[in-house]
Amino acid sequence: MIGKHIISVFEFYRDGFRNMTWGRTLWIVILVKLFVMFVILRVFFFTPYLKGKSELEKQQHVGCELIERGIK
Amino acid sequence: MLESIDTSMIDWSRAQFALTAIYHWLFVPLTLGLAVIMALMETLYVATDNEFWKRTAKFWMKLFGINFAIGVATGLILEFQFGTNWSNYSWFVGDIFGAPLAIEGILAFFMEATFVAVMFFGWNKVSRGFHLASTWLTGLGATISAWWILVANSWMQYPVGMEFNPVTMRNEMVDFMAVAFSPVAVMKFFHTVLSSWIVGAVFVVGVSAWYLLRKREKQFALASMKIAACVGLAATLVTAGTGDQSAYQVAQVQPMKLAAMEGLYDGGTHQPLTVVGPVKIPEMLSFLATRELSGYVPGINDLLDGGFRQTDGTVALSAEEKMANGKKAIAALADFRKAKEENDETAMQIARSNLDKNMPYFGYGYINEPSELVPHVGMMFWSFRVMVGLGMYFILFFLLILFFTWRRRLGQVRWLHWVALWSIPLVYIASHAGWIVAEVGRQPWTIQDMLPVGAAVSKLEAGAVQTTYFIFLVMFTVLLVAEIGIMVKAIKKGPEEDKAIDGTVQPE
Repeated sequence: MIGKHIISVFEFYRDGFRNMTWGRTLWIVILVKLFVMFVILRVFFFTPYLKGKSELEKQQHVGCELIERGIK
Repeated sequence: MLESIDTSMIDWSRAQFALTAIYHWLFVPLTLGLAVIMALMETLYVATDNEFWKRTAKFWMKLFGINFAIGVATGLILEFQFGTNWSNYSWFVGDIFGAPLAIEGILAFFMEATFVAVMFFGWNKVSRGFHLASTWLTGLGATISAWWILVANSWMQYPVGMEFNPVTMRNEMVDFMAVAFSPVAVMKFFHTVLSSWIVGAVFVVGVSAWYLLRKREKQFALASMKIAACVGLAATLVTAGTGDQSAYQVAQVQPMKLAAMEGLYDGGTHQPLTVVGPVKIPEMLSFLATRELSGYVPGINDLLDGGFRQTDGTVALSAEEKMANGKKAIAALADFRKAKEENDETAMQIARSNLDKNMPYFGYGYINEPSELVPHVGMMFWSFRVMVGLGMYFILFFLLILFFTWRRRLGQVRWLHWVALWSIPLVYIASHAGWIVAEVGRQPWTIQDMLPVGAAVSKLEAGAVQTTYFIFLVMFTVLLVAEIGIMVKAIKKGPEEDKAIDGTVQPE
């Protein structure tokens, strides 16, 4: 029963995408945009500053930063 | 504070965030506004069984789809920037921001993705009622998403419902309801969403007017203008009311923002509201800020000098006193963390007590000069007047559209068609002016009184931030050009017969 529903949902989306005409242009724009955002920008330009640090290291890093900047 | 941080890097990070937010906000209000208008049109189709309304609704859905597709996920870039450019801020607020943004993400994905698909692909595949429900739920999903984003934004303007944990260096949520339903969040939600309906309404009226100017699709254009003008007028009136309430709240929780909006340096009782230049409305500012004609409104100098009686009966501290208390808070934080490292429980308790006492001023400890606490007065003053002036213009605009609709002359008044067409850029200017008032007005704070931009920013190279700034500039401009190009093409083509909104041909 659940499998039947999943198949009909799949077919609904599949037919929708298949029958597109000008909507395809939009999907190309969306896919290119998501590629640029998540593959190029995220990976090469927007690595989280605290990435690679453990929770404790992050606490210590931010703690030191906020204390040092305030005391100076 | 700024000796160790490159100030140009702070400015580039702020500029980058502003650029991204401005571009993102080109797409969002049209999504929110068109969603309501197209859903009303489809409701008329279901209620009257008149194919004309189906065709009309489908056309606006097509434009909604273009805008939605181009704009979707552009807001995620702001979240990239939180992690990279504003890492101290991200860590400091993480627990508060996490909940609203996670809810927003889940809702946006599941609600919008599901119902948008039914709306686009579901004509003739699901029942009329289910399709109509999906159209309304698409708009509701976008609106609920906006709610959580605005909750997060409001918390930065009016931080409530949390406690700062000096061990984890994070603010931890202690009262979800206080965060989710803070009065600032509620008012900001209605003001922002209803103003987005105005954007949608002006867009529909403007595009319809273009058809009338070209002597095309007259029945479609007149009907669209009528629906949009009704939505627009109602939204404009409610937005004016919520704007008034927002100004009152700003007077209570961000008085410096209000003083900058008015260019008020030396306040007092019985304060007039400046319209422009020497034109003033007597006692109106006092009334807006305090609900009393004789109410005291502090100016920029009063807020920096302190010494005036506040609404809660206490005497306001000067900027210098707040800065001294902020330094004490930061010193207490340093003592606490040192005592913790040394496992000195007594010293930890003393430091914690000092920190708690001075925590309301924590952010002032990063301020070097009182003048840093004043936002850009010129930008605030004029942005506020542009927003309010255009808001009043739109009331008149929608009244005129409805008046000529009532007189059955809307199709003939060509000057009004031109006005309607040129009102499209004006509504975007008004919408962005509102955000400039909200966001420039809270400078230098990323979180009001708790964390200024100089403490929130990551220690990056200014060159790296400049590079990504220009990448965004190019990317967003390309997306905007793509949107305008695809949309203009769709508008020129006009409403179509017997075609689904994604262009598929489907038999009735």
